[in-house]
Amino acid sequence: MKIFNFHLMPYADVDVEAMKRHGSAWLTFSNSHYDPLKGADLYNQYLDQLEKADELGFYGVCVNEHHQTAYGLMPTPGVLAGALARSIKKGKVAVLGRALPLVNNPLVIAEEFAMLDNLTRGRFVAGFVRGIGAEYHTMGINPAESQERFNEAHDLIIQAWTKPGPFEFRGKHYNFKYVNPWPTPYRKPHPEIYIPSSGSLSTIRWVAERRYTYCQTLAPIQGVAATFDLFRKEAERVGYEASPDQLSWSNAIFIGETDAKAIAACREHMENYANHYLSKDPAMMAPPGYTSVESVKRMRQLRAHRAAFQTTEDLIEKGVVIVGSPNTVREKLAAYQDLAGFGVSLTKTQFGTMPHAMALENQAAVAQEVLPYFKDRLPQGKARAKATPKDKSEIQIDSLGRALPAE
Amino acid sequence: MQSPIAADLNLRGTAVKLMRAGAGSPLLLLRGTDASDAWLPYMDVLAEQHALIVPEHPGFGGKPMPPWLDRLSDMANFYLDVIDELNLTGVHLVGTSLGGWIAAELAHRSSAKLASLTLVGAAGLRVPGVEGVDIFLRSEEQGLRDRFHDTGRADEAIARILSPATEDVRLANAIAIARVAWNPRLHDPHLAKWLHRIKVPTSIIWGEHDRLFPPAHGRAFHESILGSRLTIVPACGHAVALDKPDALVASILDFTAEHGRAE
Repeated sequence: MKIFNFHLMPYADVDVEAMKRHGSAWLTFSNSHYDPLKGADLYNQYLDQLEKADELGFYGVCVNEHHQTAYGLMPTPGVLAGALARSIKKGKVAVLGRALPLVNNPLVIAEEFAMLDNLTRGRFVAGFVRGIGAEYHTMGINPAESQERFNEAHDLIIQAWTKPGPFEFRGKHYNFKYVNPWPTPYRKPHPEIYIPSSGSLSTIRWVAERRYTYCQTLAPIQGVAATFDLFRKEAERVGYEASPDQLSWSNAIFIGETDAKAIAACREHMENYANHYLSKDPAMMAPPGYTSVESVKRMRQLRAHRAAFQTTEDLIEKGVVIVGSPNTVREKLAAYQDLAGFGVSLTKTQFGTMPHAMALENQAAVAQEVLPYFKDRLPQGKARAKATPKDKSEIQIDSLGRALPAE
Repeated sequence: MQSPIAADLNLRGTAVKLMRAGAGSPLLLLRGTDASDAWLPYMDVLAEQHALIVPEHPGFGGKPMPPWLDRLSDMANFYLDVIDELNLTGVHLVGTSLGGWIAAELAHRSSAKLASLTLVGAAGLRVPGVEGVDIFLRSEEQGLRDRFHDTGRADEAIARILSPATEDVRLANAIAIARVAWNPRLHDPHLAKWLHRIKVPTSIIWGEHDRLFPPAHGRAFHESILGSRLTIVPACGHAVALDKPDALVASILDFTAEHGRAE
């Protein structure tokens, strides 16, 4: 299993009570709650953590993009990836991902990613996402055009990387008389491409057709297994067998001496992360056209039934996160890998309000107690076959019964 | 209540539902985000004096999104086509909210077939320093409440409109609305430049307590459209047609009677 260390870089020093009162960390939660003195410390601590991850033997490090929120402080993830490109010596550097529809000139993403691929001599992983619903408010981009902008921007970037320039690109949303970026990517034909998604069938199909890696965002493991099953079927449909390396599960792992001690230690940070950093407002998170009418209806139903507070135990039980003693964590991760058949894990070792020292300790524990045991581990096929696809509603909706950010 | 005749008009590959009732000079009523709502009693009163035509907008009502629908002015051009297709002349064009914006865009493009223009709580303009509610950050129920001054009428509208049977249509309509009005929010900065080209008699009707587009928007239309008349409806919110239907109908019919054309 390829285990990345994934960071959301949350504003961990947030005034949690203020965030609770406001109802979310997004869009309208005033940036007067941001203190740059604390923020500067956090950025440096988080980069220290990711640099440490490389020393500790993680397969790679991941950053991502979110706008105008305490949930994640990386509106321009390329800045962080650039800072890491020189200090990550062995592992991959992944941006998972950049939100293509949110920019009016996707050529700058082709350029930025090509630079990162050169700096890392081909150890760069390019992620493309649509951005989350709230970001169509913050960035003033029309959510009803989200999918067509994503598709067009993707095509432009791939052409910019693979087709000798200069050439002309004419689309509905993007038009260039001259496409001829310098540099071109180090890796040929282009960097590895990962597509994080919350699991719509159309996205699964699109990723499978292009043989990219599909990254399932935070979701219960049963739903993840069903989603990955669909991916394998889609791959078969277009004539190949999906490799475990094309399936990536996003999770959080916390290790303690015993299960009880692990739960007690991370509870506050886990529950802040899962309940208060996320928005529960469908108007904010599911603007018109961003998701299908069906998805919005399901989200509304789930919200009506399951808007309840998620405890750490809930998240563990559903297999959204793994928390426990080293043995428990290894057993569960192995069981989940076998159930869902993934070969890539995007693992957060810091989440929510977790402070630096605790994050470092947890990261070291994961490196010591998990990484060596999973280095060459592949999914064990028998268990995997038992994963039964549920109906689509189970798959497409995130675990927490709310609009989770597409990491 | 009269029974309107409802039928789809097919225009170069786009079907749009038209509800029609009454006889007389044509009155084309462009509703706003509520364009899929039922035929309502105030329409009967309009249909007593006019051949009333109430379209559901293109892309609304669960119909496929027209491939040409990218901006609000596309709707204005579409309705110019509709007027031609139906061979209408001397049209009294009335637009409420989003439909008012469409009507203003249409009228400055061509008012050759219009006898009069009535804008009711129209979207379309930005007035610096005047902030309305962000309709795209409201739940459906909050959004309806925002449109009323009379809470009793708001409750009625919520009970009538938010039925599970119409949820699919409402969600699909929201996509069409976002498509034309998301950014800039519910206005086009280019509209104000051309409002002076509207040369037909124009009446502007506004709810005193419009929380979406406060009356300063009505005054801005009034100042830009030469010779226009501005009526502020007291104790009324954004949705004048639902909040104070009697006052709206009286004001419309006075105006159309005054500016009717001899056929």
